Amino acid sequence: MSGYLLITLALAALVMTFVGSARARATQNGASEKTHSRPIYHGLNAAIWTGVPAFIFFLLWLVGQSSVINQLVIASFPGSESLDATAKSLILSEVRQVAAGNIFKEPTPEIQAAVAHLKSLQQLSSVAIIAVVAAAMAIGAFLGYRVIGNRFRARHSVERSVTYFMMFSSLVAIVTTLGIISSLVFEAIQFFSKVPVTEFLFGLRWEPQIAIRADQVAGQGAFGVIPVLFGTFVISGIAMIVAVPTGILSAIYLTEYSDKRFRAVVKPLLEILAGVPTVVYGFFAVLTVAPAVRSLGLSLGIDASPNSALAAGAVMGVMIIPFISSLSDDALASVPRAMREGSYALGATKGETIRKVLLPAALPGIVGGVLLALSRAVGETMIVVMAAGLIAKMTVNPFDAVTTVTVQIVTLLIGDSEFDNPKTLAAFALGLILFIVTLILNLIALRTVRKYREKY
Amino acid sequence: MSSAAVTETMRNAGVNWHSDEMKARRKARYAADRRLQIYGMIAIAFALGFLAILVGSLTFTGYKAFTQTVATVEIDLSQAKVDPANIGEADWRGIVRNALRAQLPDLSRSDERKFFEMFTSSGQFLVRDAVVADPGRLKGVSSFTIPMADPVDQLAKGEIRRDVPESQRRVNDTQIGLYDQLVQKGIISTPFNWGLFFNADSRFPELAGLAGAISGSFWSLLVCFAISFPIGIAAAIYLEEFAPKNRLTDLIEVNINNLAAVPSVVFGLLGLAVFLGWLGLPRSAPLVGGFVLALMTLPTLIIVTRVSLKSVPSSIREAALGIGASKHEAIFHHILPLAMPTVMTGSIISLARALGETAPLLLIGMNAFITSPPDGVFAASTALPTQIYIWADSPERGFVSRTSAAILVLLAFLVLMNGIAIFLRQRFERRW
Repeated sequence: MSGYLLITLALAALVMTFVGSARARATQNGASEKTHSRPIYHGLNAAIWTGVPAFIFFLLWLVGQSSVINQLVIASFPGSESLDATAKSLILSEVRQVAAGNIFKEPTPEIQAAVAHLKSLQQLSSVAIIAVVAAAMAIGAFLGYRVIGNRFRARHSVERSVTYFMMFSSLVAIVTTLGIISSLVFEAIQFFSKVPVTEFLFGLRWEPQIAIRADQVAGQGAFGVIPVLFGTFVISGIAMIVAVPTGILSAIYLTEYSDKRFRAVVKPLLEILAGVPTVVYGFFAVLTVAPAVRSLGLSLGIDASPNSALAAGAVMGVMIIPFISSLSDDALASVPRAMREGSYALGATKGETIRKVLLPAALPGIVGGVLLALSRAVGETMIVVMAAGLIAKMTVNPFDAVTTVTVQIVTLLIGDSEFDNPKTLAAFALGLILFIVTLILNLIALRTVRKYREKY
Repeated sequence: MSSAAVTETMRNAGVNWHSDEMKARRKARYAADRRLQIYGMIAIAFALGFLAILVGSLTFTGYKAFTQTVATVEIDLSQAKVDPANIGEADWRGIVRNALRAQLPDLSRSDERKFFEMFTSSGQFLVRDAVVADPGRLKGVSSFTIPMADPVDQLAKGEIRRDVPESQRRVNDTQIGLYDQLVQKGIISTPFNWGLFFNADSRFPELAGLAGAISGSFWSLLVCFAISFPIGIAAAIYLEEFAPKNRLTDLIEVNINNLAAVPSVVFGLLGLAVFLGWLGLPRSAPLVGGFVLALMTLPTLIIVTRVSLKSVPSSIREAALGIGASKHEAIFHHILPLAMPTVMTGSIISLARALGETAPLLLIGMNAFITSPPDGVFAASTALPTQIYIWADSPERGFVSRTSAAILVLLAFLVLMNGIAIFLRQRFERRW
């Protein structure tokens, strides 16, 4: 229904564009006074007045209706005052399931009454929004049509609307950040009311699965984040060991040694590595790399875990090669020619120039790139979800399985969306840590890169 | 000899560049140079080799899922008791079993059970649906294709080896014998697996397809594009052309740069808490997926658009303003159209990125098991990458090759989108 409503809105706005400009043209023809705006602006103005208020009503309805209906349904449910939030959401989800026709057992009369109530409310709400949108469209179209005249400054009106839209759009980025921070902090505070902050930050055991049991007292030290962070940095460390030398050396080769044609072919091919979706890397790590690592471990006499840190880390390392490579490439290319040529003039070989002149000069840029890549490795999710372990262990043995922050976030949240058990809330606390760590890494990296750019 | 000492000797005594010592030094220096070059080549070879192995192994495991072993069975429906007015109610299970029985008569009871296990358990529904679609088939004999069950499919494709002991493979010796008889009768074939594209998800590998995932991805990307494209361009124009230089706009710029580097899983948490938790939007819906993807692609889109706006020479703006255009007219009639090819390229590339994004979609529940394609942005659905994740987690052997096949389909879409982007860039982009 909302789709048809949107299409109707768009069509109405389009029609008003033509109607409005036709009327403006008619009034301008043979007018003695000077006209301010071209006909098309009168049309666009009419279209904006027709479409935009109605569209805003529609958006408000879209985001608000389901929670309002939920509130009303639960309020009318017998005995709802005494229920806690969990029971309420359980009832709601059952009502919605039954209303959608997924009946597993005969619902109780209360539920059936609630379903009937829900359905009538939904019908009411859709009738209401159609009426509201239609009314807003009609009023807007009427006013927009009536206002057309030679003296009306339609262009100013349209441009003002466009400017407001642009201002609103540029605020979206801030709203997003605020949304991220507020949702993470809000849920994390709820988590910290059940598990003390100090235990979360300094605890050495991470066993969130225990907390599902009803008799479990949350906060027995099972939510210590240290081993999870440790595992994250083990895997990211392995990734960096793979990616940093490979990335920098390939950047050196591509900028300094290779001829143009080789570079033109190889650079895009390297970029492909960054474009492959991470879920593909994850599957590849499970399918090919993990068995290979396992047999490598066996041949060394080490009992490798099937989801070893080495497999996940190595694949992740390959994924971030292009980042390091292209950022190092930029850093090397922006070293002034004079430095390079001065070094050649002193009789240095190409290799000596690279090692003694170019790399030191490009170092801040390269370090910035490496930090950006590290932040990406820390936040990378699918490879580790598929290829790394679930149990938090403090080990640096690359053949052992470790877990990461992102793995825990995903496993804690998949298939479970109740917002009041510590298991779910823990994911948001982890998310907050992840956000802060990556933010700090990014800020340092951006600052290093910028500072360096100003130097030359 | 230390290098300082060498310099000292050179200064004092005049250097004999042809001495053995100097020759050795030169040789060592050139060798070091060559070593660095070789390391670079090794690094590139490692990265490209990995890419080749990645694509190679996925193709190698995936290509087999593009065919499906089926049995073509003649069924005489004129004899069967089917009420043309109520086709769905007939005993399709019995009809299909009788037709299969007729292929290999005289099987013992236990063999017969093993024989039926060789076909997909949903054969009756496929035949029923085919008849519902074409009731004319009730008049006489017509042939139906029934997919073989996953183990037999694997056997036909050589994934299950016959020389493995019976206890270690999922097809027993009796079934292999029966299979060979069916092959001799010529009713087994392996046509192209259209079901991979037109079926929705299923617990049975032989019936599982990507229709739900592809349409889910389509709806999500549509929502993502509808939001991020206008908002991204508008924000970029405002920040580049209109915004006053003050604290607020500085904050916005820092924000956009940081948002572009926030891990995608954090956007998933945002979607879960805000869109599902606070606003109560439906779980697993492409609408929410599209919202989250839009928020993720916005920063990149804004950055790309700003760069392309900046690259349009200011003489164009000044010419427009000079002949009396308003600022809006100069931008929307002249600068934006000239920047558009780059903007389109950038937005297609960021859409391609959004298509491959998995983690945020997992958190908002787009990894549900859904057996019909979504009919809109509110219906529960999966997306291509989450479908890959679901299949990769499934234990059945048949899902390994299907996962690879799904990845190949996803990669094909990505190649297509990036190809369009590159084409647009080369065809329309202007260099000033």
